[in-house]
Amino acid sequence: MIKLFTYFLTLVVSLNFFSYCQDRPDNPPLIESPEEINYSYEVVVDELEIPWGLDFISENQLLITEKKGILIYAEDGIKSEISGLPDVYVRGQGGLLDIALHPDYQENGLLYFVTATNTEGDNNGGNSALYSAKLNLDEKKLEDLKLLYKATPNSKKPHHWGSRIVFDNQGHLFFAIGDRGDRDVNPQDLSRDGGKIYRLNLDGSIPADNPFVNNEAFKPEIYSFGHRNPQGMFTHPETGEIWINEHGPRGGDEINIVQKGLNYGWPVITYGINYSGTIITDQTHKEGLEQPFYYWTPSIGPSGMAISSSDIYPDWKDNIFVGSLTFSYLERLVIENSKIVKREKVLDKIGRVRNVEEGPDGYLYVGVEDLGIVKIVPN
Amino acid sequence: MNIVLASYILLVAGLANLLASQKSLKQSIKDGEMVYQDFCLQCHLAKGEGVESVFPPLAKADFLLQNVDKSIAAIKYGMKGPVTVNGIKYDGQMVNMGLEDEEIADVMNYILNSWGNSYDEQITVEKVESITEE
Repeated sequence: MIKLFTYFLTLVVSLNFFSYCQDRPDNPPLIESPEEINYSYEVVVDELEIPWGLDFISENQLLITEKKGILIYAEDGIKSEISGLPDVYVRGQGGLLDIALHPDYQENGLLYFVTATNTEGDNNGGNSALYSAKLNLDEKKLEDLKLLYKATPNSKKPHHWGSRIVFDNQGHLFFAIGDRGDRDVNPQDLSRDGGKIYRLNLDGSIPADNPFVNNEAFKPEIYSFGHRNPQGMFTHPETGEIWINEHGPRGGDEINIVQKGLNYGWPVITYGINYSGTIITDQTHKEGLEQPFYYWTPSIGPSGMAISSSDIYPDWKDNIFVGSLTFSYLERLVIENSKIVKREKVLDKIGRVRNVEEGPDGYLYVGVEDLGIVKIVPN
Repeated sequence: MNIVLASYILLVAGLANLLASQKSLKQSIKDGEMVYQDFCLQCHLAKGEGVESVFPPLAKADFLLQNVDKSIAAIKYGMKGPVTVNGIKYDGQMVNMGLEDEEIADVMNYILNSWGNSYDEQITVEKVESITEE
């Protein structure tokens, strides 16, 4: 009888194991609070809802995207609206996303932005698109609007649009599009959009040495794949590498250093589980699939990401900063010997941190939801 | 006699038309559950319980049940600023999630008829269309 009971118990336990999976133990290093706070902050642009993207014409002239579809120019904290955007499709996590000035903006006045949109007029939802435009600052409007890339198909799913925009030092632009809530269809299929990092020349043309240009079935703009939803990106000032973070499932947020043509594994491998508690895959490693540089368990909801390259904050040089939407702080990550050795809360409880950028003056500027753009000032 | 018959036929045809054009409450609640899971659950949580002082509850929430029009407007246009729900203060923002009017009707019917909530009137697409930004 006891034997039968034990057998029954084992059966129940193992059944449970297969349908539900525990979260992984917290991945070290664990987040710390600083013993002493040696900085303060000032709000340089106030009253913003979701300041998704930010770039600088100068340290006093900021361009800010509001997710709901407004492009803001702020000079010394005074806001005005820039007109001339295409139709922005606001749906769930989608809307007007990142903005970045052309590397030669001071000469040509060009900028890029990514937005959720429906350019086809098909009433089937939307997908992410990359545009370029010329900024007419005198008349506060965009001119010469050019659609450089539009992902397909449109979808009414609210999830995972990406995106950030960064540049390397060889005349390329990189941007990201998330898996659009179709993880089993998009990220591993090179003939489809979604779950990819894309690389273009600055005029929107396709680099001849992109990894998938020689296969007609594949999208030639793709640079890497197997991503879930990248919303943080920077170019490393010393190595020139493209660093990204991506929202994972529960317990599976990642930092990846993106390399040409590689597969980052989503959803074949992951450290996370479904937010409902059910299992996605029991695999965290597989040959041919890249391991993340770091993964967050528990998830922090990583948003924008930047590296501090200036000497403004003496203890923070070469540290990485990532916004946490979930826990409402900015995370400081210290790297030694290619490993994250320390994680610390900055601006704890400030609000949902949507974005972080290093300004031309070397200060860190942080976009906080329902607050504005915040500048971190060392004591 | 003919007039009575004609009126009767018109009445039946009219009613049938009305019934066909409007989704049943049962179907609307079912569709609304899908909308809720995609757009609302992340903050208001699976049983509408919310997070005290951060995200207001929807389950047995006095604010919701006493301010149905305002709640529709909040989904349609977003909502910001202080609000008291079941005696607890909230001061956050809910942004416009870009739902279509039919989806707003469905999710309202789901919320108003779940987790112990009940409401004696079905929210229709026409009702959502009629709500304007304050």
